[in-house]
Amino acid sequence: MAGGERMKTRYLILEDGTVFKGNAFGSEEGTIGEVIFTTAMTGYQESISDPSNCGQILTFTYPMVGNYGINPDDFEAIELGLSGVVIRELAEQPSNFRSAGTLSDFLEAKNVPGIEGIDTRKLTRIIRKHGSLKGHLTKAGEEVDVAKVVETLKATEIKINVVEQVSTKRPYPSPGRGKRVVLVDFGMKHGILRELNKRNCDVIVVPYNTTAKEILGMNPDGVMLSNGPGDPTDIPEVIAMVKEIIGQVPIFGVCLGHQLISLASGATSFKLKFGHRGGNHPVKDLITGRTELTSQNHGFAIDADSLANTDLEITHVALNDGTVEGVRHKKFPVYSVQFHPEGSCGPEDSTHLFDQFIELMNDVNKKENSHA
Amino acid sequence: MPKRKDIETILVIGSGPIIIGQAAEFDYAGTQACISLKEEGYRVILVNSNPATIMTDTEIADKVYIEPITLPFVSKIIRKERPDAILPTLGGQTGLNMAIALDESGILDELGIEILGTKLEAIHKAEDRDLFRTLMNELGEPVPESDIIHNLDEAKAFVEKIGYPVIVRPAFTLGGTGGGICHNDADLLEIVTSGLKYSPVTQCLLEKSIAGYKEIEYEVMRDSADNAIVVCNMENVDAVGIHTGDSIVVAPTQTLSDRENQMLRNVSLKIIRALKIEGGCNVQLALDPHSFNYYIIEVNPRVSRSSALASKATGYPIAKLAAKIAVGLTLDEMMNPVTEKTYACFEPALDYIVAKIPRWPFDKFESAKRNLGTQMKATGEVMSLGRTFEEAILKSVRSLETGHFHLEMKNSETISDEWMEKRIRRAGDERLFFIGEALRRGVTVETIHEWSQIDVFFLNKLQNIVQFEKVVQANPFDKEVLYKAKRMGFADKTIAKYWNVKEIEVYNFKKEHNIVPVYKMVDTCAGEFESETPYFYGTYEEENESIRTDKESVIVLGSGPIRIGQGVEFDYATVHSVWAIKEAGYEAIIINNNPETVSTDFSISDKLYFEPLTVEDVMHIVDLEQPKGVVVQFGGQTAINLASALEERGVKILGTTLEDIDRAENRNEFEAALHEIGIPQPLGKTAVSVDEAVAIANEIGYPVLVRPSYVLGGRAMQIVYNEGEIKHYMEHAVEASPEKPVLIDRYLTGTEIEVDAICDGENVLIPGIMEHIERAGVHSGDSIAVYPPQKLSKQHIDTLVDYTTRLAKGLKIIGLMNIQYVISKDEVYVIEVNPRSSRTVPFLSKITSIPMANIATKAILGQSIIEQGYKPGLAPNSPGVYVKVPVFSFAKLRRVDITLGPEMKSTGEVMGKDITLEKALYKGLVAAGMEIKDHGSVLMTISDKEKEEATEIAKRFHAIGFRIIATQGTADAIQKAGIPVDIVDKIGSKGATLLDVIQKGNAQFVINTLTKGMQPERDGFRIRRESVENGIPCLTSLDTAEAMLRVIESMTFSTDTMKHQEVRA
Repeated sequence: MAGGERMKTRYLILEDGTVFKGNAFGSEEGTIGEVIFTTAMTGYQESISDPSNCGQILTFTYPMVGNYGINPDDFEAIELGLSGVVIRELAEQPSNFRSAGTLSDFLEAKNVPGIEGIDTRKLTRIIRKHGSLKGHLTKAGEEVDVAKVVETLKATEIKINVVEQVSTKRPYPSPGRGKRVVLVDFGMKHGILRELNKRNCDVIVVPYNTTAKEILGMNPDGVMLSNGPGDPTDIPEVIAMVKEIIGQVPIFGVCLGHQLISLASGATSFKLKFGHRGGNHPVKDLITGRTELTSQNHGFAIDADSLANTDLEITHVALNDGTVEGVRHKKFPVYSVQFHPEGSCGPEDSTHLFDQFIELMNDVNKKENSHA
Repeated sequence: MPKRKDIETILVIGSGPIIIGQAAEFDYAGTQACISLKEEGYRVILVNSNPATIMTDTEIADKVYIEPITLPFVSKIIRKERPDAILPTLGGQTGLNMAIALDESGILDELGIEILGTKLEAIHKAEDRDLFRTLMNELGEPVPESDIIHNLDEAKAFVEKIGYPVIVRPAFTLGGTGGGICHNDADLLEIVTSGLKYSPVTQCLLEKSIAGYKEIEYEVMRDSADNAIVVCNMENVDAVGIHTGDSIVVAPTQTLSDRENQMLRNVSLKIIRALKIEGGCNVQLALDPHSFNYYIIEVNPRVSRSSALASKATGYPIAKLAAKIAVGLTLDEMMNPVTEKTYACFEPALDYIVAKIPRWPFDKFESAKRNLGTQMKATGEVMSLGRTFEEAILKSVRSLETGHFHLEMKNSETISDEWMEKRIRRAGDERLFFIGEALRRGVTVETIHEWSQIDVFFLNKLQNIVQFEKVVQANPFDKEVLYKAKRMGFADKTIAKYWNVKEIEVYNFKKEHNIVPVYKMVDTCAGEFESETPYFYGTYEEENESIRTDKESVIVLGSGPIRIGQGVEFDYATVHSVWAIKEAGYEAIIINNNPETVSTDFSISDKLYFEPLTVEDVMHIVDLEQPKGVVVQFGGQTAINLASALEERGVKILGTTLEDIDRAENRNEFEAALHEIGIPQPLGKTAVSVDEAVAIANEIGYPVLVRPSYVLGGRAMQIVYNEGEIKHYMEHAVEASPEKPVLIDRYLTGTEIEVDAICDGENVLIPGIMEHIERAGVHSGDSIAVYPPQKLSKQHIDTLVDYTTRLAKGLKIIGLMNIQYVISKDEVYVIEVNPRSSRTVPFLSKITSIPMANIATKAILGQSIIEQGYKPGLAPNSPGVYVKVPVFSFAKLRRVDITLGPEMKSTGEVMGKDITLEKALYKGLVAAGMEIKDHGSVLMTISDKEKEEATEIAKRFHAIGFRIIATQGTADAIQKAGIPVDIVDKIGSKGATLLDVIQKGNAQFVINTLTKGMQPERDGFRIRRESVENGIPCLTSLDTAEAMLRVIESMTFSTDTMKHQEVRA
């Protein structure tokens, strides 16, 4: 707020014609993207750097963002995939012992445009009613013809090659002395790697388009399929790869990884009206009966009915809308969840799923040894 | 898991009277719990001694007992009602302690009664410092270095080991009673000694001080299936070292990154799981501002003040769901009552910022230590919601009703830099305003941080406000600047001051340019799901979500924060008024800002606006809702004080008109009206200057009663005995002006009578008449009131009914009124008329089963008393005798004189009911926390004037076997009457003084009456404080002493020798 005077005007224009006038921060450039919202109250640094948000304009429903600054530790990826940031109030005087800079300076450096000072609750309610919309963040200080922008927006196809954009270009190790895990990066959050490393895993992170043969050639104890942006059906080559490795090696999938396992097993996916994004989503574990609070960030989900004729069974459901939140394979050591057990940002109620992965790999090893 | 079918009847224990540390939040929690259990089909038995609560309404529970919450009485109720289970975790510390006492007494085992919700074992683990530390060690969770001590030597040994400063926390006390921070040996001696005294187990925790850490709270819930959630986290603006009840608190946390948040969330959930809490729980943590280091400060294994705040801050009804968890339901099978579409097993997402500011009683207790520490001193609190921190904090500031509308103080220019620094370094009630002043004087945020330890985040936010003041000042009637100022929460009044115009001009300019607030819904989910909750807050944004319905509406103004003189009674009346409006077919809309109350539960009204009660904030809601009118008579003086400004702006005040309100409150008009009606009042006049006051007093004759007009609870009211005193009073105690005259009345001694009545314009219904035990001169709120009157003749009652009826009609009352009379020398005089709901409305409503606030509201809406099925005149007496006994919080307020007088000091009240006055009094006094011993010693120090009367009392104490101890003067008088007395030296003498008697517990009662007059009377003050500090009943009015004596007499038998028979010759 303090800097309000020197800020340039910027507009957020939605494809339905709604115009929000606010102040520009971050990059001066304009952008187009799918406008989504997250209800998490802390963790903006993680959300902004979450590659799953690639191509999207992220709205924070919590009205103040930037309050504890940006620190060197809490990034979920080095490069930012998202297209823009929408907030009610940019806090320019952060306070936290780890803070090394302000959010606006950071976004400016990363060339991501932001708008502040708008009624984000109104925007959220529009998205809730109409579903996710395409939106245009104008260039700082630029006046535009709204009708023209809306026309352009309607005509714009949001890019589909998002996974390719955010996945690592070449494999790299994150060594450990424990289980060898090949982590397929579709736009991986560092939180996943952190959890595996915490459990001493010897991780090799590989690009999204690594083949089954290449993966199995690395002799992994298990394969981890990461989160990532966009529509899972946009990457059929990956679905094929997953189909090939199911049954060959223990697999744990998270978010997009979960959708890929499901699709590879014959299920179908659909786009949610406005997605699940935030840190307060209750998920019921059908096996233990316990409900855990989870961190979620997904716009697509697996159709529960489509799982009927597959080898998968539902293990987790979203308490609120009943959508599928987790599956496991009836025959093979393969399981996945739609939410983010690694938290960051968000609750860490489900980090035990990573322990389960380690156990699963141990069990399989034991079995293999006993067969030998 | 489905609810339990093996239990049918559940006993809910309430929290008793309002005291500091335990206020209306437990009426809110208890009411929710009872309704929630009834919803599930259980039979609910409630016990609570506080009649001023909604929960003691007979509609709330199946059976309501207004009886003392003591082991004998609750045991009796249990034996009679044979409940299957007890729910103790919703009645504050009182309810919890009662459950523990019941368990220890063996009655629960004997009758096979189960404790629902969190088990006692868990409660012990959380509350007993030793067990708690052991548990934390087992969990590997850090607690500050500490030691349990049982005496001063152990305390000294601990300090030698770890050094100062150390914090003292007495075990099992409420709001940290008796605790504090020690910086040196003297502090240690004082605080440890008092702490040990207050701890029922003579145990204190001494703890390494972690002052300066961030204080963070998590409100957590867990069910029997081990589902656990965080409802809300909160950050104290004041760093560790100040009781959270005395801290400015914001929700959610403002300076924590997700990693810190998740770390502390994990810890909180780990603890609640280890303790196996079933219900709500509050975890307080201290976080190092410079690292990830943290300490667990405290766990409250029950619903608390913080959970009420969290419920209102998020919309998530913790107590309601905690009650359902207690009967076996789990979070994942219950719906979120706010969205009604999602489940209760989730964590609310806020899209606004909440600020809470405590309300302290230092305006009443000017001599009290205003410093804040580990012992809570606030009586109440306000909460505000805004889209920015600035907006939320400024809305809270103007909700306080302390005369502040901004980060500004009166006479700030007279404050020296040194004083300012001192008041920022040492936290007190006005620190926020001193900080505002410091920023205005150019003190840097860093310096203020160093002084106060307050995080620079908050200080920068306050700096934003202060810096914007200049922008506002420099740009009068600039639309953009105005919009920004409103978005930062600036009040119209503040802006008007900077623009040098009238407040209404700012308001009109705003409306002209459509700069008006919109109302956003509190929906627990930040807009993610559609909700229908009618719970709104105002803010300056684009989209308004509060849509006016077609139904005609009525707005009720609440009573704001709980303070001395305006307690939960007014919330009771507000809620009943809301219900009556709904019954009458209107949409009932409430505006209030107190998060502790039942009235701010969104399920009470058709629409709840959680907003400040100022003209500006109310007017914007009126503009939007276009109600039939606004009801002001139930919200205490808060609402009444808004009436004239609202009417000026064209709002219809429902019920008694503004003109008639003024007639009752404006002294001269009132006098004229009385004259017209022909009712006598004590001689009196109003003065607007010192000279005038002296002249009037001389004319009337001393002693006179002086007080400012338009005040509640007798603030600044005094009895003065001579010219010197009245001059002193006029010069120091009040600021008299033509707008605020001072009332001067002849002081009449006699029996004080209180009457509440309802008038519909035609007829007057008088539910009952109450007689005070204490003679006139003691504030009615501090007196013991008795129903029905015990000493009045038929003729007096007829006169009272006649006067009341004439006054109600003559003053054109529509709705409720409260009248105080004094009967002096067989004459009935009117002392005061309040054209509004009063403190005694719930008490009388409960005794007579006449729902006064309901009838009054319907009368206001046009339904006559007769149409409502009531007969005008005095209602027939209800059987039995009922007493209302005031309850004080003196133990928590150091340096406050406890002597009773015209200025109100009590924080709450209890009711005692039985078939005789003595029995009712016994229950009332016991419920108020007094220990009545049937033998022992009475220590008496009596003013000369009352020695004769006191001798009679001494005689009666002697007759039932009490030893009398007195100071020389008093002893002489008593000895003359032939009663043996032990003489004790005055303070300062060499031998054993009366302070030693008190400290050693050698007296069971202290009777000390004030030497009349205003001269400093240090000995008496010390005697009274020492009694409080030592938990010995200290009676400052001979009337109270006499009442107490009657009770003891009725409990015991007197012994007397046989009369010597004359032998006839």
